[in-house]
Amino acid sequence: MSTFIAITISGLALGAVYFLIASGLSLIYGLMDVLNFAHGVFLTLGAYAGWAVAAHLPRLGFVAAVVAAAAAGAVVAAATEVLLIRPLYGRPISQILVTIGLDLALVGLLEGGFGSDSRSVAVPGWLPAVTAIGGERIPNGDFLALGAGLAVLGALTWFLRRTRYGMIIRAGAENRDMVRALGIDVGRAFTVVFAVGGAAAGLAGLLNSVVFSGALVNPTQGDQLLIFAFIVVVIGGLGSITGSAFAAVLVGLVQVYVTFYAGTGAGLAQLGNVSVVLVLAIVLLVRPRGLLGRAA
Amino acid sequence: MTTPQDAMTGVLGRLTQLTQRTVPGPEPSAGRTPARPRGRAAAAVAVVAVFALIPLFSLIVPWVLPGPVDVLNSAGTLDVLGLCFVFAAIALGYDVLFGFTGMLSFGQVLYFAIGAYGLDITLSVWNWPLLPAVVVTLAAGLVVTLLLGAISLRGTGIAFAMVTLAFAQVGYYLIEDNPHNLTGGDTGLVMSAARLPAALVGVASTRNLYWLALAFLIIVYAVVWLVTGSSTGRVWLAIRESERRAEVLGFRPFPFKLASFTLSSLIATAGGMVYLLLVGTASPDAVASTTVTISILVMVVLGGAGTRWGAVAGAMVYVYLQQYLLKIAAGPSFGALPAVVRVPLSQPSFLLGAIFILFILFAPGGIAGLASRVAARATVVRSPKPPADPQGELVE
Repeated sequence: MSTFIAITISGLALGAVYFLIASGLSLIYGLMDVLNFAHGVFLTLGAYAGWAVAAHLPRLGFVAAVVAAAAAGAVVAAATEVLLIRPLYGRPISQILVTIGLDLALVGLLEGGFGSDSRSVAVPGWLPAVTAIGGERIPNGDFLALGAGLAVLGALTWFLRRTRYGMIIRAGAENRDMVRALGIDVGRAFTVVFAVGGAAAGLAGLLNSVVFSGALVNPTQGDQLLIFAFIVVVIGGLGSITGSAFAAVLVGLVQVYVTFYAGTGAGLAQLGNVSVVLVLAIVLLVRPRGLLGRAA
Repeated sequence: MTTPQDAMTGVLGRLTQLTQRTVPGPEPSAGRTPARPRGRAAAAVAVVAVFALIPLFSLIVPWVLPGPVDVLNSAGTLDVLGLCFVFAAIALGYDVLFGFTGMLSFGQVLYFAIGAYGLDITLSVWNWPLLPAVVVTLAAGLVVTLLLGAISLRGTGIAFAMVTLAFAQVGYYLIEDNPHNLTGGDTGLVMSAARLPAALVGVASTRNLYWLALAFLIIVYAVVWLVTGSSTGRVWLAIRESERRAEVLGFRPFPFKLASFTLSSLIATAGGMVYLLLVGTASPDAVASTTVTISILVMVVLGGAGTRWGAVAGAMVYVYLQQYLLKIAAGPSFGALPAVVRVPLSQPSFLLGAIFILFILFAPGGIAGLASRVAARATVVRSPKPPADPQGELVE
C-alpha cells in the first residue's frame, strides 16, 4: 500500500511536468491554431540554460538556474512568434511546418555546440534526497515538480481570468476576428501567449532533467517529451487548460502504474508508453474532441 | 492529345472541371496541365537514362559527389543515390496523402518500419526465401494500414495527425522492446544475406541494388501518376480543396481517404524493403523514429507538395545534401574554420532546417513552385498566366 502512495506521487509529479509543457501548447493552439512542434526545443533550451547557470554561476544557487530556464524558454518562444509565425499569419499549415523546421535547426545547433552526449546539471544536495512520510520515502524532486505544476496552474488561471491580456486571450480563442473588430491588438496577445508557453516549457525542461532524467540534459530530450505532451493536449481537448491539467495527471498516472505493476517483465519496458497511446485512442474514439475540448 | 490519364477519367469529368480551377495553390500550372506532354516525356526519359547509366561510367567528377572518392560509379556515391531513389519514392507516396488529398499524417514512418523490419525478420530470423518474405511483409503492411487507417480517419486535421503520430510511436516502442528477440531492440537487426539471390550479394550487388532502387522509384512514379490522374485522383483533389463540397457532390470521403492512406502506406512499406536490401540493417532510430516522418514531410514540402516531380526532387536534394554536408564537414580544410562558422555548418540538420524555413517563408511552393514561377516568367509573352490563388494553402 505504501509503495502505491510513492508511485502515485511519482505519477502526479510526472503529470505536473506534462502539464507545464501541454499548457503552453494548448494555449498557443487555442488562440492561434498553431500546433507548435518547436515546443520541444524550447524545453531543451530551457534545460541547457539552467545547466549553464548552475555550472558557471554556482553562487547564484538553484533558483537562478530555474529562473534562467524559464527566461530562456520565454525569450526564444517570443522571438519565434515575431520572426517566424507572424509572417505566415493566415497559413496554418505553413506555421506548423516552420516550427518543424525550427526544431530541426535548433536541435542540430545544440548537437553541434554541446555534442549529442548528455551534460550533467549541478543540483543542490536536498534535491536527490528523500523525505520520509508515514514510513514511505518520497524523492524531494517529486515535490518540486508537483509544486511547480500547481504554481503554474494557479498562475495561469489567475492570468487568464484576472488580467487584461488573459481576457484578450480567452476572447481571442473564442472569436479572433471579433476581438480584432473591437480594436484590440490580438497580435501582441500572440507574442504573450508564446512567451508564457515558452517559459513554462523551459521550466519543464529543467525540471524533467533534474527530477526524472538523473540531472542530465541532452539535445533531443525535448522532442521525446513533446510527443507525450501532444497526447496530453489531444486527450484534454485542444485549447483547454483545465482539460490539459486533467489529462496530464491521467497520462502521468497511467504511465507509472502500468510501468511499475505490469512493465517489469522482459520485453515489456515500453508497456507504460504503449498504454498511454491506448488511452489516447480510446478517448478519441469515444470523444473525438477530447475531454474538455470545444465542439469542432 | 489523349493521355492514359484522360482515358481513366471517365464519369468524373464534371468534377475535373470543378477541381481544375483550384488545383495546387502555390503552383497553379504545375503537373495538372501538361503544356507540352511530349517534351516532358522526353525530358523524363532522358533523366532516367542518365541515372540508369551512372553505374557504368567511372568518370572522375570533382567536388560534387557525396561518396568519399570522386569517382562517379564508386560504391559510396551509388549507395547515396540509391537511398535518394528510395526516399524519393516514399516522399512521392507521402505526397499522395499530404499533397494530393490534403491529409497531414505524422505516422508515415510506421509503414516504412513494417517494410524494413518485416523483411528483416522474415529473412534473417525466420530464414524465409526472398519472395514469400516480400509477399508476407506487404500483406502485413496492408492489414495494418487498413486497420489503423480506418481508426485514424475518424479524426480530421490535427486529431488525425496526432493519432497517426501516436500509432507510429507504439510501433517504435514495440521495436525497442524487442519482443521474442525479433527486432534486436535498440541496436537493430542486421539482415542475413543467406537466402538472397546472388545478384543482390557480393561485389556486384552495389550496382544491382542501385538499379533496383531506381526501378522501384520509376514504378512508384508510374503508379502515382496513373492514380492521381484517374477519377479517384480527382476526388482526392476535391477532398483536399473542400471535403464538404466533395460530400455534397455525392462522394463519401471515407473510402477515398482510406484509399489515399493505403496507397501512401504501401509505398512506404515497399520502400522499407528496398531500404533494407540497400542498407543491410534495420535500427529503430533510422527506420522507426518520428524524425524519419518529419524528414519525409520536409522532403515533400521542400520539393513542392501536390506535385509529383517536386516531391521526388525534394527527397533527392534532401538525402543528397544530408550526406554531402557530412562529407564536407569531415573534410581536411573544414577544421581550420572558426567555431562560430564551423559548428552550424557541421550539422546537416541545422542547415536543412534553415533551408526549409527559408523555403516556407519565401518560396512556399517549394522547388517545383520556384521552377514553375521561372517557367511562367519565360512564357508570359506567349500565353497569359492563369489566375493564381494568392492564399495557397493545402489544408485548413
